[in-house]
Amino acid sequence: MKILIVDDFSTMRRIIKNLLRDLGFTNTAEADDGTTALPMLHSGSFDFLVTDWNMPGMTGIDLLRAVRADDRLKHLPVLMVTAEAKRDQIIEAAQAGVNGYVVKPFTAQVLKEKIEKIFERVNG
Amino acid sequence: MEHDDSAQGDFESTLKIHARQLVESLEHGDFGEAVQLINDLNKVRDRGLYHEVGKLTRELHNAIVNFQLDPRVPHAKEVSQITDATERLNYVVTMTEKAANRTMDLVEQSSPLVNGIGAEAQSLSADWGRFMRREMGAEGFRDLARRIELFLANSERDSVQVSAQLNDILLAQDYQDLTGQVIKRVTQLVTEVEGNLLKLVLMASQVDRFAGIEHDHAVLRAEQEQQKEPSHGEGPQIHADKREDVASNQDDVDDLLSSLGF
Repeated sequence: MKILIVDDFSTMRRIIKNLLRDLGFTNTAEADDGTTALPMLHSGSFDFLVTDWNMPGMTGIDLLRAVRADDRLKHLPVLMVTAEAKRDQIIEAAQAGVNGYVVKPFTAQVLKEKIEKIFERVNG
Repeated sequence: MEHDDSAQGDFESTLKIHARQLVESLEHGDFGEAVQLINDLNKVRDRGLYHEVGKLTRELHNAIVNFQLDPRVPHAKEVSQITDATERLNYVVTMTEKAANRTMDLVEQSSPLVNGIGAEAQSLSADWGRFMRREMGAEGFRDLARRIELFLANSERDSVQVSAQLNDILLAQDYQDLTGQVIKRVTQLVTEVEGNLLKLVLMASQVDRFAGIEHDHAVLRAEQEQQKEPSHGEGPQIHADKREDVASNQDDVDDLLSSLGF
């Protein structure tokens, strides 16, 4: 299981990386926005994408749309972990095809639940 | 402000009186007087306009001097207050990032120690159970005794280290005091700037009245709304629990998503 973590703040990437490791996912890579994430997704057989929304360059929602529009990537499960909490935005993400939505600040428990739920649905 | 109102009032009453006289003189066919009246009106209007523009300029100048935005002003500090505020906020970003990384370093150092103690305790506990149930021979017990001795020594050493690291985590939170002070000062500056801007806006509106300029507020608002497109992201929401259009916690998000069929 290879996971790409996309967030413009290195501390947040590190927090998510640590929490994922606690959950048993040790194979992770990091990108600081959509522009750097996309080529990584194209070249590196990732199984899961965790992304922030608000980032300089390419935002998380645009990255999600780019992933869904790409034939090779469109089935990649995407979890959004973001401070963006407006109802319109959550609906926008859902319509763009997000698999899970976690608002910051979040707990390890919430992250675990959402990830497990996504895998249940993907595998089931 | 009282003076402004009376200046505006003078202009308006003069305008009324002159307008009436203007109609009268036009009806009497006295064009010379009519032109003279229009000139007078212009003069009154210009005087008011110059007066308001003058005040606005003076106030702008004061604002610039107060905030030391202009480095050519002799008593300007080395940097303007705005630049200073930006630097202060950058300092906050650096401090909080450093503290977060320091804390995570310490947690990453502590976790394996605690996990190690836990795992070894679990394994020893299982073997201790076998010993108590008399399922262990003399050789096995000698081995168990040696492991318990080692475990006790390791636990003592590691707990001292974890305790020290927990203390360092505590100390790494000292940024809160410093960044709190910095942010309070910047907030103060923002409030001051806002107050001065408001004064300038009020004066500018006075100029607009004399000049007869009208702004289309609907268009201005629409432009602002357009800049706030949700796709760009807005960052954390303040007072999320008091707003209808914002999910205030993860449960809200989950409810919304499940209502959408997630």
